Amino acid sequence: MPEHAARAEPLASPIHAILLAFPVALYPFALATDITYLNTAVVQWTNFSQWLIAVADFFTGLLLAWALISFFFGRARMARGRSTLYLIVVAAMFVTGVINAFQHAKDGWASVGTAGLVMSIVCTVLALVAAFLVHSTAVVRENRA
Amino acid sequence: MTRLSLAALPFIALVAACAPSSEGLDQTGQSPVLPEQADSLIPAIAIAPPTGWDGELPTVPEGYTVTAIAQDLQIPRQMLVLPNGDVLVAEGSGGKAPKLRPKDIIAGILKGRGKSPVKGGDRISLLRDSDGDGRTDLQTTFISDLDAPYGLAFVDGAIYVANQGDLMRFPYTEGATSITAPGEKVTDLPAAINHHWTKALTASPDGSRLYVGIGSNSNVGERGMDAEEDRAVIWEVDPEDGSSRIYASGIRNPTALAFDPWGNRLWSVVNERDELGPELVPDYLTSVREGGFYGWPYSYYGQTVDPRVHPQKPDMVAKAISPDYALGSHVAALGLTFVTNGGMGGRFAEGAFVGEHGSWNRDDRSGYKVVFVPFSGGRPSGDPIDFLTGFLADGEARGRPVGVLFDAPRGRLLVADDVSNTVWSITPRARTRAPSEATRSAASPARES
Repeated sequence: MPEHAARAEPLASPIHAILLAFPVALYPFALATDITYLNTAVVQWTNFSQWLIAVADFFTGLLLAWALISFFFGRARMARGRSTLYLIVVAAMFVTGVINAFQHAKDGWASVGTAGLVMSIVCTVLALVAAFLVHSTAVVRENRA
Repeated sequence: MTRLSLAALPFIALVAACAPSSEGLDQTGQSPVLPEQADSLIPAIAIAPPTGWDGELPTVPEGYTVTAIAQDLQIPRQMLVLPNGDVLVAEGSGGKAPKLRPKDIIAGILKGRGKSPVKGGDRISLLRDSDGDGRTDLQTTFISDLDAPYGLAFVDGAIYVANQGDLMRFPYTEGATSITAPGEKVTDLPAAINHHWTKALTASPDGSRLYVGIGSNSNVGERGMDAEEDRAVIWEVDPEDGSSRIYASGIRNPTALAFDPWGNRLWSVVNERDELGPELVPDYLTSVREGGFYGWPYSYYGQTVDPRVHPQKPDMVAKAISPDYALGSHVAALGLTFVTNGGMGGRFAEGAFVGEHGSWNRDDRSGYKVVFVPFSGGRPSGDPIDFLTGFLADGEARGRPVGVLFDAPRGRLLVADDVSNTVWSITPRARTRAPSEATRSAASPARES
């Protein structure tokens, strides 16, 4: 081995990336079902939104925990600047998602409304931002002999 | 989910702090005060976990005595007194509503903590007091293999049972202690989903018609209005041919029906909607007008619109009738019986007893008692008076009242309690010392205690 070999690896480990895939897929889907409910008033669409948000919240909670551990003990230590921003985005997404779950638990037409739609948009944007941040960042580890 | 719920705790605390609290409004009587709607992000939930009576008794007014005439029942609901004095008790627990939303699962777990762990009996028990001393000498299963029986009626020598999905008729011979003959189905009752599963039942005084209370399939239409076909209605059924028609509608959850003894009009206690705040919407007692529309889900107490229903129906709101008498928000009225001609004596001589199962969705619990609504001239005429209390102790439920029944010939009030699985009997104290009077006719005035 050469003396100063360096190895680039993604900021997110494979499991971290899989956890992140859930909010990236589910929050935009919930936004779509919210919009469909507001357009049709067919109850099943808000039911879909509620499940999508609940499952997205669950995995975002795990993601937040994983990201915190990575920040203090894992590879995210190597890229503190980006990681701090990423952590803030994930935390904001989780808080908004949980509040949105309670908003969507209201009955009937009250389940979405302006507040629910706005929170679904916020979660969607934050999920995409989080994915962009984490997948466009590599950390470089130097192997010292 | 533990991680999620733990992580959510700070937010729950934050938002719960903003939840509206009760203002102590007067919400009983002919014109209850209705506050502004307040939809908190996290609805208040205050379950009273079941605990035993531990040898103690519910509290009665001075001059009355309460005793348990049946114990170890399997979720007693409504009762019926037969001509020979035998008491029938319907026991069961229904509702198979699918859990459509995450909320349904969470609410189901929380509400379950306020219920008796006993499984519903799906049967009717018979209680017989052979010697008229006020004690039960025989407690036995009268009809078994029912499906969440609730409403009971006795017409022309037959017993009618409203299961959660059908109305059955059983032949009865005087003195029978069990019926093993399969009942005859009079008609199917609306049973899809059965969010509110109880089927209240009463017969017209001449016995020619039966009335069935059929609750809504949702709090406020959130399962879609397709699920509300033939729901939140009172059916009029012809017992001869089983034909039915809607007698009144928009009546969210009519949990007990009775004809008044003054004008032979149909009355109902009705449970109103949740999640508009701790003091909305008051449950009510009302005479039921034929063809009347009582607002659900579009509006409540007449024309107060509920914005959670979409699309709204201003034409229906315009038709909505205001109920006669408010019982208080979230008291969960489940029992109704009228007394007249001296009734239970004293202040309880003329009016209606109402069993209030008790709230689970407001921080300051309401209900958990039996109240008396005084009547004069055939109309409610004053504030409700507490009659049977003491069901709550240190935030726990020793019992929860369901059906109430005035047993006129014996001058006693029967109360079914579905947490302690007991039937309570309340009598004016003087009468228990004179069992020979147990067969007194209802027409004679009750003795003051």
